[in-house]
Amino acid sequence: MISLDRIAIRLGAFTLTDVSLVVPSAAYGVLMGPTGCGKTTLIEVICGLRQPDAGRVVVNAQDVTHEPPGNRGVGYVPQDGALFPTMTVRQQLGFALYIRRRPSAEIAKRVDELAERLGIGHLLDRRPTGLSGGERQRVALGRALAARPAVLLLDEPLSALDEALRGDLRELLKTVQREHGVSMLHVTHDRSEARQLADVLFVMGDGRVRQADLESLGRQSDRSD
Amino acid sequence: MSQQPLTKSKEHRAGPNWPFWAGLAAVTAAYLLLLFSMVGAAATYSRPHDLVGALTSPEIQYAIKLSLVTCTVSALVSLIVAVPVGYLMSRGRFPGKNVMDTLLDVPIVLPPMVVGLCLLILFQTPAGRAVDKVVPFTYTVYGVVLAQFIMGAAWAVRAMRSTFDYLPSRPEDVAMTLGCSRGQAVWHVTLPAAKRGMFTAASIAWARSLGEFGPILVFAGATRMKTEVLPTTVWLELSVGNLEAAIAVSLVMIALAVAVLLAIRAAGERP
Repeated sequence: MISLDRIAIRLGAFTLTDVSLVVPSAAYGVLMGPTGCGKTTLIEVICGLRQPDAGRVVVNAQDVTHEPPGNRGVGYVPQDGALFPTMTVRQQLGFALYIRRRPSAEIAKRVDELAERLGIGHLLDRRPTGLSGGERQRVALGRALAARPAVLLLDEPLSALDEALRGDLRELLKTVQREHGVSMLHVTHDRSEARQLADVLFVMGDGRVRQADLESLGRQSDRSD
Repeated sequence: MSQQPLTKSKEHRAGPNWPFWAGLAAVTAAYLLLLFSMVGAAATYSRPHDLVGALTSPEIQYAIKLSLVTCTVSALVSLIVAVPVGYLMSRGRFPGKNVMDTLLDVPIVLPPMVVGLCLLILFQTPAGRAVDKVVPFTYTVYGVVLAQFIMGAAWAVRAMRSTFDYLPSRPEDVAMTLGCSRGQAVWHVTLPAAKRGMFTAASIAWARSLGEFGPILVFAGATRMKTEVLPTTVWLELSVGNLEAAIAVSLVMIALAVAVLLAIRAAGERP
């Protein structure tokens, strides 16, 4: 479960006030809104990369507002994947366990599981340079899932991909969410993406977030906005 | 009233571009010619036999060794300081950052002799004297390293700051969500990615240290077989009219500087 309770944050001229939302356990939340409205900032607040001026962040029934990012039990997949430039795919997938000093046999097993599930087994010894956009996002997804987080935050993970790849990854995201039972919050501009993925929909604008009816997506055309 | 489009006006036609490029090429060629003439004139002034003879003197051999050792030590110390300072200046957000940025550039804009004088005076203060009793800096080899470090570190900090500015911070953020503290994220993710920048920063500090003269002369002195580094040798040899030796040492320094420049370029261009 992800819950934001009356979050307020001010960054220069930009402000978010009284932002509240709840993504129930194991639900797929989608957050939509125009460019520059603060979607990424909100994701950063949930991750712990930005401290809100007011309000509470609750992850899996625990108030994590003042916890550092690594103690929040969240996985984060940024827009471009943000892969670690000097590590192989194997090292990236095992990183969360490596940093927790898990035994190497456990790390190897988890890496193999993730690689097989995400279809990136053939990339394990490659570095990020030369990976395609879709491959990068799969690696970023695997890296975020490795420590079995309760919550997964995806910041426009499909925006840099072509249409065919988007379809594949959309399927993968939904399957991963069901299999891992994680609560997702997925930021997107794309209405059709939102319609196919969302269990709950939030719309952001004018520094606020409101929960929207999923039906409203159905009434719109398929165009991306 | 109809108006003619200005783009079709017969009164104005855009001129050719070649005079612009020819002008740039002429200035660049003249500048390069001056640089190569300087180096060429020095290189061809003496016979190779005389140059080799000068380089075999024990004083100059000592100066070469001391320069190589002190430059390497000061470059390493500069890097150790430049990495955290460069990171702080690149990623940190704190009040007074602009003032601190300006202060960090002070050694670059200060006249070198003034840097030496400031160091000398610092070590005349009670705190400076206390440090000098434990590690004698004034007029010693340690003083040579310290003077080189002051200048080298300023350039290394600039290089490291540019490196961290250039590297995206997102991977570091992700590492933190995966369980790292900020320090661990920098250690495991950012520093390995900054390897080439670190090499460049150390090389620049090394090259700056090699050419350092003013602060060393004032703070560490120019004692033969003690605090004599290569620029000191050039000055000492010139002051006694031994042009052959001054040129020989200068050519060694030019060769070392070119080697550093090529190493930096090679590191920067490696895929």
